[in-house]
Amino acid sequence: MNPARKRTVRLTVALSAAVVLAGALIYTSFSAASPALTPSQLVHQAQAGRSYQVTGTVVAGSVHRSGGTLDFSVEDRVGGTVVPVAYTGTVPDPFREGREIIVTVQKQGGAYVGERDSLITKCPSKYKAAPPAAGRQSY
Amino acid sequence: MAPLGSACLLLALAVCAYGIGASLYGVRRARPEWSDSGRRAVYALAGVLTVAFAVLEIAFLRSDFSFNTVADTSSLTTPTAYRAAAVWSSQEGSLLLWAWLLSMWSSLVLFLTRGRMRDVAAYATAILLGFGAFFVSLMIFYANPFATTRPAPVEGAGLDPLLRFPTMMIHPPMLYSGYTLCTIPFAFGMGALLARRVDAEWIRAIRRFAFAAWFFLGVGILLGARWSYSELGWGGYWGWDAVENASLMPWLTGTAFLHSLMIQEKRGMLKVWNASLVLATGTLAIMGTFLVRSGVLNSIHAFGGQTLGVPFVCLIGVMIAGSIYLVVTRREMLRSEHRLDSLLSRESVFLANNVVLVALCFVIFWGTYFPLISEALTGKAASVGPPWFDRYTVPLALLLVLLSGIGPVIAWRRATFANARRNFLAPVGLALATVAVLLLAGVSGKPFALAMFGCAAFVFGCVGQEFVRGVRARRAMAGEAAPVALVALVRRNRRRYGGYIVHVGIAVLFVGVAASSSFQHTVEPTLSVGQSSKVGAYTVHYVRPTATVTPSNDAAHTGSTLSLGAVLSVSKHGRHVATLYPSEGYYASDEPSQGSVGSLIGGQPVSHVAMNAGVTRDVWSAIAPNIETPQLKRIVEIGNKTIPFVRPEDALIAVAYLAHSYLQHPPPAQFHFIVSPLVMWIWIGGLIVFGGGLIAIWPAPSAMRRRVAVLGRGRRARAAQGLARA
Amino acid sequence: MLAPRRVWRALERDAEHVNAFVALFTVVLLGVVILLVSAPLRAKRRAPDPESVADRAELDAAREAKYREIRDAELDYRTGKLSSEDYAAIDGALRAEAVSILDRLEALDNHGDTRDDPEGPPRDGKSPTSRRTSGG
Repeated sequence: MNPARKRTVRLTVALSAAVVLAGALIYTSFSAASPALTPSQLVHQAQAGRSYQVTGTVVAGSVHRSGGTLDFSVEDRVGGTVVPVAYTGTVPDPFREGREIIVTVQKQGGAYVGERDSLITKCPSKYKAAPPAAGRQSY
Repeated sequence: MAPLGSACLLLALAVCAYGIGASLYGVRRARPEWSDSGRRAVYALAGVLTVAFAVLEIAFLRSDFSFNTVADTSSLTTPTAYRAAAVWSSQEGSLLLWAWLLSMWSSLVLFLTRGRMRDVAAYATAILLGFGAFFVSLMIFYANPFATTRPAPVEGAGLDPLLRFPTMMIHPPMLYSGYTLCTIPFAFGMGALLARRVDAEWIRAIRRFAFAAWFFLGVGILLGARWSYSELGWGGYWGWDAVENASLMPWLTGTAFLHSLMIQEKRGMLKVWNASLVLATGTLAIMGTFLVRSGVLNSIHAFGGQTLGVPFVCLIGVMIAGSIYLVVTRREMLRSEHRLDSLLSRESVFLANNVVLVALCFVIFWGTYFPLISEALTGKAASVGPPWFDRYTVPLALLLVLLSGIGPVIAWRRATFANARRNFLAPVGLALATVAVLLLAGVSGKPFALAMFGCAAFVFGCVGQEFVRGVRARRAMAGEAAPVALVALVRRNRRRYGGYIVHVGIAVLFVGVAASSSFQHTVEPTLSVGQSSKVGAYTVHYVRPTATVTPSNDAAHTGSTLSLGAVLSVSKHGRHVATLYPSEGYYASDEPSQGSVGSLIGGQPVSHVAMNAGVTRDVWSAIAPNIETPQLKRIVEIGNKTIPFVRPEDALIAVAYLAHSYLQHPPPAQFHFIVSPLVMWIWIGGLIVFGGGLIAIWPAPSAMRRRVAVLGRGRRARAAQGLARA
Repeated sequence: MLAPRRVWRALERDAEHVNAFVALFTVVLLGVVILLVSAPLRAKRRAPDPESVADRAELDAAREAKYREIRDAELDYRTGKLSSEDYAAIDGALRAEAVSILDRLEALDNHGDTRDDPEGPPRDGKSPTSRRTSGG
């Protein structure tokens, strides 16, 4: 095979490998992703066994700690549906009633169980301050 | 004084506009005095923005609350150092910092290249001033740092307690230096394409700029990881958060660029690739800046609303369109002069390294922007988590480390297969032996970590072998003693050996990452005083609670009103190892609804981590005290009812009583203990990386130039000899 | 305790002082900027540098890069990465490329700037123009 042909072959092989890997990457991202929903969407769409990311505000008066579990309720930012969550894992510092949070949950029976260490609290907007803030997921 | 700041911004915009016009006129009409004038406009911009920055700094230091940003992010109780740094904790202030740093770095670069690369520099000036104009316009029209409110409030909201840490204060300027420095190779890359001049002189210059960007950005990223680990309450250093990823992506393409540039220099190849890389780095840096402050992705960073999103998207669109247009229309000029001689050559290893780095960047890009992509494609926003990132980045990282060991041992242009086989024997042997020893020692169950240890051993073997052989060669030539030979070797071949040191640093860093993420022990027990918990091989004993009251007493010097913590005794096999003092700080909030006493401690609490860092492992602890027991809540309620707002001293006494009560009857507190092996080597590895980088870029001593002259003087004869030999 | 009207007048005066100061400072700043930026325009007009200066800088850079390649190849050989046949071939090719660069430099010297020393590079290895243009 002359050098030019060798080069073309190499290039084709490399490009094909790249396309295949990119395809695998893209495919798995769609299946591994958790859709981001508001509580009202969650109530309508949640299927048991799938993970969903819920964004909303922590309802005042709903926070209880019992043993290692943190129970709280999330409601839509604009008010409305309230979803109770049972969560275990790291609780970020800014977490409190009235703050915006993101938590990954799975529907188990009638309840929503928060995935371990998936709770993220957004910095309150009044602290436009902000670079980073609080807890995230660990490995 | 605020009007002065605003006037400076307007003046800055005018200077930018003038400079763009003058530079472009000067280069298109071949009138160098106009290009010089354009360059001076950059100096003028730096001067004007320095004045503006000084005005804002002084306002912060004087606690002039008529400035809105000062009132929003500082307070009378904020310690002076943090007051000075609070300038860049807000959207407006950080934009000013960005613009100021851009103008300073641009001035430095244009000053150093004055008189050289005239055409390219003129276009680069116009582009850099274009960026300046963009950021100054953002400030003038969207987020003015010099906006005032009169009458001025008496007290400010205070600096977010999470930001009251030294690393946190250096992190933004470092990172912004990195981001702004990425725009300089971008500008010179664009300039070279516009001026149709991509040559050796340009390569030499842009390598320095790209290195500066790589250095500062890398240090910024490392500092961010270190801050996250040692000061945030979650005990990790990397979470694949959108903003972390945003800063990593330009760094990856920058690293790729530094490598493939060498190929362009030696063989005139990969010109299109390099042009694309350098333009991509700048674009990714601007995208990173945009991500942090637009709230477009669900991330921790919440820099104000979406109002800045649109201008940034326009800028990024222009950059991408411009880059593609220039590369396509200049493709004749970017044709390769040579082809790859052989697959077994350092060029081909560099090419593979580039592919891996770009693949890493693509994976991270896809994962970071996935919510936007999925929303655009399926209408539903979804996001991927760290497990997805890990799945793809870990194998790529292994490949990267492996390549960084192979590269040093293969020759340029054409390596001999027999030679290569011989050269890799020892390093591969070392790698296999390391893995075997580790398996025998019981380190098992984590194949990826084990593979990384093997690859790292391989790199150490390769680089060590290079140093040994180099010293040997030098001694054969110059007869020096080994240590002297080593120093001379590195001094005379800085790029090569500095680069090798960087590779060692990367391997060390990844060893730390692999060990600390795969072999970590973490527990989250709830302990009462006197109880202990086992974590890994260590036992942590909750000795007693601690409490301090009033900002001036705050042990962590962050101005918290109340701080509750614990004294922990850590021991291993019965022997005392360390005493840790984690605590949680409670800060004043400005929510009167919490009551006179409640508002003193109702602000965002911040966890102060206590850590015992060691060479082989870190023992990390954090505490979340229970401040909401019925007893303690009652104290706050009574205080709220009986103490009026106008008597904060009395409210403070109530808080002191609360602390006292906590100490008398401490409720069980929730703890988080982590034992991570080899974390320290991540930081050490980072230091090695950047130390090696500095060695690589350090200009050669003039002595070396002399030797080169000898080559030049006898060139006719030597060349004749050489040609005869060939 | 100052009477309210006196306080107000004092504040007004202060505000005026501050405003006057700001205006003055801005004008001065503007003046400095204009002076700085227009300096090259006010200076004696000069013709643009001939292409030869840019070419010379480019050739200097190319020469340094080529010298580095030659030394790199030698180090590769001495550390056992190249066989002697391979090294001989590569070294020869590189030296030939270096010679062609030096030839082009010499041609530029002869046709261009007469300030250049025709005897070859001085002791410290840098020619006068490269000393001015290099250092980056």
